[in-house]
Amino acid sequence: MSILVNKDSRVICQGITGANGKFHSEQCQKYGTRLVGGVTPGKGGTEVLGVPVFDSVDEAVRQTGADTSMIFVPAPFAADAILEAADAGIRVVVCITEGIPTLDMVRVKRALSGRDVHLVGPNCPGVITPEECKVGIMPGHIHKKGPVGVISRSGTLTYEAVDQLTKLGIGQTTCIGIGGDPIIGTTFIDALSLFKDDPDTEGIVMIGEIGGAAEEEAAAYIRDNIDVPVVSFIAGQTAPKGKRMGHAGAIIAGGKGTAADKMAALEACGVTVVSSPADIGSAMAGLL
Amino acid sequence: MNIHEYQAKEVLKRYGVAVPRGIVATTPDEAEAAARELGTPVVVVKAQIHAGGRGKAGGVKVVKGPAEAREAAAAILGRKLVTHQTGPGGKEVLKVYVEEGCDIDRELYLGMVIDRATGFVTLMASTEGGMEIEEVAARTPEKILKQPVDPAAGYMPYHGRRLAYGLGLEGDAAKSAMKFVAGLYRAFVETDASLAEINPLMVTRDGQVMALDAKMNFDNNALYRHKDIAALQDVTEEDPRELEAAGFGLSYISLDGSIGCMVNGAGLAMATMDIIKHYGAEPANFLDVGGGANAEQVTNAFRLILSDPKVEAVLVNIFGGIMRCDTIAEGIIAAAKAVELGVPLVVRLQGTNVDLGRKMLADSGLPIITAETMSEAAEKVVKAAGN
Repeated sequence: MSILVNKDSRVICQGITGANGKFHSEQCQKYGTRLVGGVTPGKGGTEVLGVPVFDSVDEAVRQTGADTSMIFVPAPFAADAILEAADAGIRVVVCITEGIPTLDMVRVKRALSGRDVHLVGPNCPGVITPEECKVGIMPGHIHKKGPVGVISRSGTLTYEAVDQLTKLGIGQTTCIGIGGDPIIGTTFIDALSLFKDDPDTEGIVMIGEIGGAAEEEAAAYIRDNIDVPVVSFIAGQTAPKGKRMGHAGAIIAGGKGTAADKMAALEACGVTVVSSPADIGSAMAGLL
Repeated sequence: MNIHEYQAKEVLKRYGVAVPRGIVATTPDEAEAAARELGTPVVVVKAQIHAGGRGKAGGVKVVKGPAEAREAAAAILGRKLVTHQTGPGGKEVLKVYVEEGCDIDRELYLGMVIDRATGFVTLMASTEGGMEIEEVAARTPEKILKQPVDPAAGYMPYHGRRLAYGLGLEGDAAKSAMKFVAGLYRAFVETDASLAEINPLMVTRDGQVMALDAKMNFDNNALYRHKDIAALQDVTEEDPRELEAAGFGLSYISLDGSIGCMVNGAGLAMATMDIIKHYGAEPANFLDVGGGANAEQVTNAFRLILSDPKVEAVLVNIFGGIMRCDTIAEGIIAAAKAVELGVPLVVRLQGTNVDLGRKMLADSGLPIITAETMSEAAEKVVKAAGN
């Protein structure tokens, strides 16, 4: 099993005719993702990568039965694209776009609340269920099917963790990059609750970073709900206060959101916290 | 993006938020003229730097008349002000804000942030004006009133009533506070602010609620739709290397250690800093070359790192995902040839085409120390730096 996406997912790409959208759609196709179409307003009726392009998500869904969308549209138009996908009946919306204004996401998050749609991201590498379906920009070949779920706020650091697992012979059920922005769709807790209901997930790697209190909230959720072992690493132990560390959400503001606080909270809730990013894989190997 | 107090007050004024009259000055002469123009018996001369704690550091002076304003400005301008937020080096004061003195009855706190947990813009108010809100939150959390604003309906008058009455205001002062809060919310959402802090928020003896101080931060991602706000950036307040990096599309932050770092991805960059510390040294910087870095960006990144005299060794840690390791190796080799290295360079490549990338580095004839894992790389770079 897996969460969010699998071999039956019917995927479209919003922004498929742009350079990034096209390149990554092709990479996903090569990985085995069932790409059924793309959307670019004004380019409906054309074809890219052997799949039809539509003017609207609504039309794409009606014509192809798509249930998953990967968004590459530029930041000023991304909020619009996310809500268009949700309104058209897409169930899993993966927004790769970086640099969306926070207040746009405030409105999007509110508009999606209570609806039967999972938004992953924005500003994230996407979701992959190894050997089945890749919806995102992560390198497919470092992944391997297996028993560990991976949830992370970052991109390349996730690849590092996955690579460590795979090299130790430990595969993954699904890996989700939830994104580095202050307001995101799927949170740590949302992803944890999905893994909780996946019988094949026998361990979870959770990679956090400085800023906000999402890791602390996740710690309490893990203590109360998660029975499988959880390994965690928090990036930014050496980050200075008040500086935005690349991601819009990675900032220690008002002395809150430090790595030390998050590590302590996770440890107190029974999570195995590693202080070196090189120990993520081996720590999980020791617990399985 | 951060702006000065006087700029924040200009922005707020446009949204009907009450602020005292004031004039910015860059010389003692201008400060004297400003005080004369304001014409109040008392004026306040305030250092304009991007840091809190100016009052305690001697950057705010309450004076009588133009002659004293001139003296105060002369004492503050050009001085390096050291506050708890500037770091030990302090910040040079290039501008002062000369403001009319007000007859203050009470000092309160009003703030506005985007609460990540609820995803709502949230108002915060407290009777503890002038105190740092984090301290109030830690010691007496019950003294902070929080009011989230649901974006579906937006700002509602009851939000303002709840805060005004909650702060113990009555009559004209309560009405004035409600108008103030409504204006502040509008200013916040219409400028894509990420933080607005009015500390202190003053209540004058004649029942007016006004911003005695004002701090605003803006969402960098939204500056594209606010050219007027973007124009308020004061480059003298920014770290020159960080500014240069931004121009190259790199995310760079100066730190105090000796190991220069170049990494792709913000999370991995932070993790690389952490593992350097784990092996007993300190990073000299945070540098994310981004997901699609090319040879030119890698060269620019090297230049930036090496322009910092504290750097004793450089660690390049790249996880080539979609970007292939051979492309990255090419960039590193070109950069190492273009820039005089002078310090040991440790390179750790991982990911797509890693074997080819490593071979290219080995064949380049450059004195590059290679590593396979993050821990090996960190250990080697710390050793190479002589720690």
